[in-house]
Amino acid sequence: MAAAHELTPTSYIQHHLTFLTHRVDGKGGFWTVNVDTIVTSVILGVLCFGFLWWITRKATSKVPSKTQAFVELAIGFVDNEVRSAYQGASKLIAPMALTTFVLVLFMNAMDFLPVDIMSWIYANVFHQETWRSVPTADVNTTFALALSVFGLSIFYAVKAKGFGGWIHELFCAPFGANPLLWPANLVFNLVEYVSKPLSHSLRLFGNMYAGEIIFMLLGMWAATGLAGVVAGAVLHLGWSIFHILIVVLQAYIFMMLTIVYLAMAQEHH
Amino acid sequence: MDINLTLIMQAVGFAAFIWFTAKFVWPPMMNAIETRRKEIADGLAAGEQGRQSLASSEKRVTEMLNEAKSKASEIVAQGEKFKSETMDRAKAEAKAEADRIVAAAKAEIQQEVARAKESLRKSVADLAVAGASKILKREVDAKAHADLLAEMQKQL
Repeated sequence: MAAAHELTPTSYIQHHLTFLTHRVDGKGGFWTVNVDTIVTSVILGVLCFGFLWWITRKATSKVPSKTQAFVELAIGFVDNEVRSAYQGASKLIAPMALTTFVLVLFMNAMDFLPVDIMSWIYANVFHQETWRSVPTADVNTTFALALSVFGLSIFYAVKAKGFGGWIHELFCAPFGANPLLWPANLVFNLVEYVSKPLSHSLRLFGNMYAGEIIFMLLGMWAATGLAGVVAGAVLHLGWSIFHILIVVLQAYIFMMLTIVYLAMAQEHH
Repeated sequence: MDINLTLIMQAVGFAAFIWFTAKFVWPPMMNAIETRRKEIADGLAAGEQGRQSLASSEKRVTEMLNEAKSKASEIVAQGEKFKSETMDRAKAEAKAEADRIVAAAKAEIQQEVARAKESLRKSVADLAVAGASKILKREVDAKAHADLLAEMQKQL
């Protein structure tokens, strides 16, 4: 670590949790961009969807190549999940679910890269002192995804029920159309509308952030000598293996919630 | 973990990736999958149809075979019948021919007998005349006794 300051557990973890930021207006606050998050997710997105596009361009309805069969497997899997949860006519939900799944999966998978080795590479190859490699451990990313889904779900709700119908449901569902119940309905719906994107994004963020922190905590074993290095390596391996499950599971959950929220938005109460 | 401009940029990036997937990745891939599904379904249906037509043509072959067998046995039976009829007719004809031949032979024999009788009668008459001439020691005039001779011939 080329950090100038003294190396303590706190400074070690803080260093790993510092974003590479760019202040657009020079002051900070909201007008700050986490360059590492953006660059990593864009590179991952371009690689993933470029790969999918490359396979799609060569796609044949005859005997598929093994790569095409693999892509078809992923697409068929997403398509099945979408069909089981959503019977509507929208042609966007299935590709959106695929995009969400692939993107979140690969952003999560950045967690597999060992934090300290990557930190060394970023510092010595790319000359970046601070660089966080897991975009989904940045709450901005998960909120961006969840709020996109949220906005789209409101769009679909209005599209399916009409603006009047949507307002009507805000006040008259789920308890009933009695004017006395309108406040209760509205509060209930607002809580639902706030909790959906919050839980959607924070679930993913929390899992990935916690995963990152645990990798760092395990990395600190190395500071206690040779036995610590061995123990840390073993625990690191164990957590990595368990993390494979978390990475895929969280991507799957995020995709399923995306489908379910968008499907629910179009249901009439 | 501050909320900042990154959120909006990530949302824009997300939207761009969704648009890209929805436009360039999903439809052609789904199209390929659906086309293949249809081709496989068609192939299976064609196979099923082939199996059915094989079964039906096997049935037809069996039917034709049975028909041919029954026709053959019918023809054999007919031939059998024709043969026995022909033989019966031939037998009947042969019998008639034989009867005819026998009848002709009998008639000839009778004629022969009649002729023999005639000549015998004549011989007897001649003998009688000769005997009588010997007895009378003189020649009997055949002309003078023609009536007598004819009557005697008749009586024989």
